[in-house]
Amino acid sequence: MRSGMGWALLGSELSVLFRRLRTWAMLIALAAVPILIAVAVKLSSRPTAPGRGPLFLDRITQNGLFVAVTALVVCVPLFLPLTVGVVAGDTIAGEANLGTLRYLLIAPAGRIRLLLVKYAGAVAFCCAATATVAASGALAGVVLFPVGPVTLLSGDTISVGESALRSLLIAAYITVSLLGLSAIGLLISTPVGAMAATIVLSVVSQVLDNLPQLEWLHPWLFSHHWLSFADLLRQPISWTSFGENALLQAGYIAVCGALAYAKFSNKDVLS
Amino acid sequence: MNESRTAASLGANECAAPVRSSDLVIETHGLVKRFGHRSAVDGIDLAVPRGSVFGFLGPNGSGKTTTIRVLLGLASANSGDIRVLGKEMPQALASVLPDVGALVEGPGFYPFLSGTGNLMRLDAADPHASSSTRRRRVHDALERVGLSHAAGKKVRAYSLGMKQRLGLANAMLRPRDLLVLDEPTNGLDPQGTREVRNLVRSLAAGGTTVFVSSHLLAEVEQMCSHVGVMSAGRLVAQGPIEELRSAGQAHVVVQTPDVDLASRVLTRLGLVPAEATGTGGPWGTPAVVGTGINGRVPESIVAALVAEGVRVRGFTVENASLEERFVSLTGEGFDVVG
Ligand SMILES: Nc1ncnc2c1ncn2[C@@H]1O[C@H](COP(=O)(O)OP(=O)(O)OP(=O)(O)O)[C@@H](O)[C@H]1O
Ligand SMILES: [Mg+2]
Repeated sequence: MRSGMGWALLGSELSVLFRRLRTWAMLIALAAVPILIAVAVKLSSRPTAPGRGPLFLDRITQNGLFVAVTALVVCVPLFLPLTVGVVAGDTIAGEANLGTLRYLLIAPAGRIRLLLVKYAGAVAFCCAATATVAASGALAGVVLFPVGPVTLLSGDTISVGESALRSLLIAAYITVSLLGLSAIGLLISTPVGAMAATIVLSVVSQVLDNLPQLEWLHPWLFSHHWLSFADLLRQPISWTSFGENALLQAGYIAVCGALAYAKFSNKDVLS
Repeated sequence: MNESRTAASLGANECAAPVRSSDLVIETHGLVKRFGHRSAVDGIDLAVPRGSVFGFLGPNGSGKTTTIRVLLGLASANSGDIRVLGKEMPQALASVLPDVGALVEGPGFYPFLSGTGNLMRLDAADPHASSSTRRRRVHDALERVGLSHAAGKKVRAYSLGMKQRLGLANAMLRPRDLLVLDEPTNGLDPQGTREVRNLVRSLAAGGTTVFVSSHLLAEVEQMCSHVGVMSAGRLVAQGPIEELRSAGQAHVVVQTPDVDLASRVLTRLGLVPAEATGTGGPWGTPAVVGTGINGRVPESIVAALVAEGVRVRGFTVENASLEERFVSLTGEGFDVVG
């Protein structure tokens, strides 16, 4: 008997995810963000004053390579959590709504295996979402603006190739940032509908992160490091915030994963 | 009447010696499932023999679907023991379920995938299912339920009956030891209903035990060798269909124009008379039904009727229909217990 490990379910999960119209609609919307930014900057006659607007917006006209980074910065607070919330918050609950959850379980998919595969699907979507923004941003930048060596925050200059690598690194950083949120979505979605709740939580977390009165809480908020990827634009790269972020997200994954398992493993499936 | 004869012949070869535990495909003891304070399933002892077509009969809300959910590990029991295919549940779920095909409370599918796509997905969820034969098995299953022509169509565009068929195809993706079908003919046209019946029969002939729930008595009579009757969460009767039928009371039907006189005679003989609804026979003769024969030989009843001058134009002794039995077991029959 082949496929004894049951990798087929993961393959099937990914193919179902990426064959859904909803997934493509969200990816296309995300891809539109950098294009809109680039076009708006191109069309506006007045140069953006440094320090105004999102990070790096003022540099786009000089170097198209900044479009991708700017677009990622713009998408982090709302657009990315929104789409990730839709996917992660619908993992188990979506199957329950369709009535397919019971058929997956009696196939039998196995409850732990199903949770893992569902989480893997959400992670795949996080990767696809950030990659889409980065790729579409790079494309828009190359088409609409001059491209050349990039001056970093530290004042050093890096080549075009290296700067593309840095963009990818930032995309990876943001993907990691979204993993905790995905785990939260998975937890809430076992088994009640949770898209909205997941999205609201991401907004609440960011609001709390801005209240100075709650400073003690800030390091524990899953969105705390979401925008701290400036370190990746220094020479040499400082990995501190990447590490801190990864650790925080891993903590959320562990806690939410364990809770989701505890909740789902003996939950009655009555839908 | 035709229907009951079919069922009788089906049931006849099943009236066997008491079944040993090892011959039971589903076995529960004191199975209880509560929702809040209400018991949806209230201490049932199911015994489904290997090779049987077991009709799980009961009015709406009597606990059939809930029992099936618990048997399949979708919901956990509050108390009681469950054995499926000889193994303790829910501990042995992972090793038992691959040999069980099921349709639970209607079909559930991804509307944005085709029929084939849906079955591929659900088959992939089973780690024991071979991926090299997947496409062929999906194709065969679709063919078996008559959906080949709609295999590539999105399920969104399926009718209820087509979805129901797809659900059946899913249950038959692999050769199974046990099929659990919850109201499989729901939403099917008469043609589809007949196909399901034939499908169940052919599966049973191939050695698969079929556990099929229904609230339609006629359906159960036509395809089942055994019945279990649920009423308000309790299993009020179970066994070979013939046993259940014969446990009911036989009655006599007297066709006569002298209805009042015949009723008086029957009463004197200790029977309970009732005027039959409708008229029968070539002359449109009314009829009197008498229940409570109590071992009295039929010819003595005819003799007494004739002696009193009742013009007997027809006389039959009928076994209790399963329907009467069902109604007497489940109270007034089809009221929802809520
Ligand atoms: N999720 C639930 N929460 C609370 N009560 C429930 C739930 N599901 C079922 N019940 C109750 O359990 C009882 C049995 O329901 P069940 O679905 O098992 O009946 P059934 O025999 O399958 O009926 P039907 O013929 O209508 O399918 C009903 O009284 C119902 O109200
Ligand atoms: Mg039901």
